[in-house]
Amino acid sequence: MQQPKSPLYTEYHPRWYRPRVSVYWWLGQSQYLKFILRELSSVFVAIAVVMTLLQLRALRGGPEAYARFQHQLQTPLVITVSVISLFFVVFHTITWFNLTPRAMTVRLRGKRIPEWLIAAPNYAAWVVVSGAVSWLVLRWH
Amino acid sequence: MADTIILEIARYSPERDAEPGFQRFEVPVHKEWVILDALNHVKDKIDGSLTYRWSCRMGICGSCGIMVNGEPKLSCATFLSSYAHNGNVVRVEPLRYFPIVRDLVTELSDFLGKLKKVKPWLIPKEELSLSDGEFLQTPEQLEDYKQFSMCINCTLCYAACPVVGLDPKFVGPAAIALAQRYNKDSRDRGTQERTAILAHPDGIWGCTFVGECTRVCPKHVDPAGAIQQYKIKAALDWVKGLLMPWGDKKREEDRNAAA
Amino acid sequence: MRESNEAPLWLLFSAGGVVAAFLIPVHLFLFGLAFPLGWLGAPSYEHLLALVRLPLVRIYLFVLCSLPLFHWAHRFRYTLYDGLKVKHLNEVIFVLCYGGATVGTVLAAYMLWSIK
Repeated sequence: MQQPKSPLYTEYHPRWYRPRVSVYWWLGQSQYLKFILRELSSVFVAIAVVMTLLQLRALRGGPEAYARFQHQLQTPLVITVSVISLFFVVFHTITWFNLTPRAMTVRLRGKRIPEWLIAAPNYAAWVVVSGAVSWLVLRWH
Repeated sequence: MADTIILEIARYSPERDAEPGFQRFEVPVHKEWVILDALNHVKDKIDGSLTYRWSCRMGICGSCGIMVNGEPKLSCATFLSSYAHNGNVVRVEPLRYFPIVRDLVTELSDFLGKLKKVKPWLIPKEELSLSDGEFLQTPEQLEDYKQFSMCINCTLCYAACPVVGLDPKFVGPAAIALAQRYNKDSRDRGTQERTAILAHPDGIWGCTFVGECTRVCPKHVDPAGAIQQYKIKAALDWVKGLLMPWGDKKREEDRNAAA
Repeated sequence: MRESNEAPLWLLFSAGGVVAAFLIPVHLFLFGLAFPLGWLGAPSYEHLLALVRLPLVRIYLFVLCSLPLFHWAHRFRYTLYDGLKVKHLNEVIFVLCYGGATVGTVLAAYMLWSIK
C-alpha cells in the first residue's frame, strides 16, 4: 500500500488530532488539585512514622539521648514540619473515612445504608481510639 | 438573563488545520434552550459546517458529550440559561482525552475496544434453550447491579478521569463499571473471566479513586464506587486463592464456564 | 508478573490507610506538638520506656510504623506515575517506594525487638 503523500491524511482516514496531556494537568481543575493534595498526604503520614522511629531510637539510647531528642522536637523547623504534617494526616483521616462508604454497599432489609451512616461510626471510633491512646500515654501507671 | 450569549466553539478540520482553534458565535438565549439547541441554531443559521454528534436529545443515547467551560456535559442536558450572564462566553470543546476527528466529534474506537474487552454480556453457567424457561431474579438481586446498568456509554467519565488521559491503556471507568454490572448479576457466571482481564495495572489497579467519573456521570452510575468494590472483591479473591490454592467449588464452576 | 503483585500491594495500602487514619493523628499531635510545646505534661522517660517494654505495645508500635509506610509507598508510587508522568521509570520507583517501606519496617522490628 502506497504511503499517502499528504501529511493531513493517514492510511484510512484524515489525521485525527491527539491532544497531549500536560504534566501540569493537576493544576487545571480544583478537583484535580484536591486529589493530588489528598494523595500527597501520604508523604506526611510517612514523615510522622519517621518521627516515631526516631523517637524509638532515642528511647533506646537512654535518658540523655531521649532528652536531646525532645529538644530537637522543639526547634522551630521541626515544629513547623509537625504542624503541616498534622494538618495533612488529619486531611488523610477525613478523606479516608468519607471515601470508605463508596467502596462498600451495605444493605439492611433490602435498603441501602446511606453513606454518612457508614462514615459516622468511623469518626466515633477515631475519637474513642485517640482518647484511649492519650490515656495510655498520659495516665497509665 | 441576557438576550444573547457567545459560544466559543472548538473547530478543527484536518484538511485545513494543523491543530484545533476556536470560533465565536453569537446565539440567542431562550429560557428552555440547552447547549444542543444553540449548536443546532449555529449549524442551521450561521455556519453549516459545524460538526457534532447528537441523537435522542433527551439524555439517554449518550451521543452528545462535550466539554462546557472545562466540564464534561451532555449538550442536550445542559441549560444555556445557567451560563447566560452579561458578557459571558461559553467555551465548547470536544470531550477531553480522546482523539479529535473534526470540530466536536471524538474518535471512540479505542473506548469501544476497551468495552468489548471486559465482556459486557451475560456469561451463563451453561447454554440454555427457550424451553428451559426464564431466569428468576428477585428485586434484591436486581438492586445489586441495577445502578451500574444505567450507563449510556456517553464517555463523560473518560473525559473526567485523569488516568485515562495519562495512560492510554487504562480500561477506564465505564468499562469497569459495566463489567461489575454483569459480575453482580445473579444470572452471570463470568466473574472469573472478567477479573482475569481486569485485575491488572491497566484495569482496576490503575484507578486511584480520583472520583471525578462519578461526579460527572449524568445517569448516577457511580463508576468510582463500582471500581472500589471490584478492588475489594479482587483482593479478597487473591487471598482466597492463596489460602485455598486447590480452588473452591464456585471458582471451579466459573472456570469451567469460561472454558 | 505485576498483575499478580497488585492485589496484595493494594491490601497493604488499604490496611495502612486504616491504621494511619485512626492512629497517626493522635500520635503526631501528642508527641509532635502537645508535649514539645508544653500544652500537656510530657510523660517521663521511665514511663514511656515501661510502656514500650510491654509485648502488646511493641506489636502495636510495629503495626503503627510498618503499615502506614506501605500505604505511603503505594500511594506515592501512583502519584509519581500520574502526577509527574514518569511511568517509564516504574522499576526504579517501585524499588524506592516499597524498598523504603521495607527498610522502615525492618528498622521498627529490630528496635522494638531489642528494647531492654
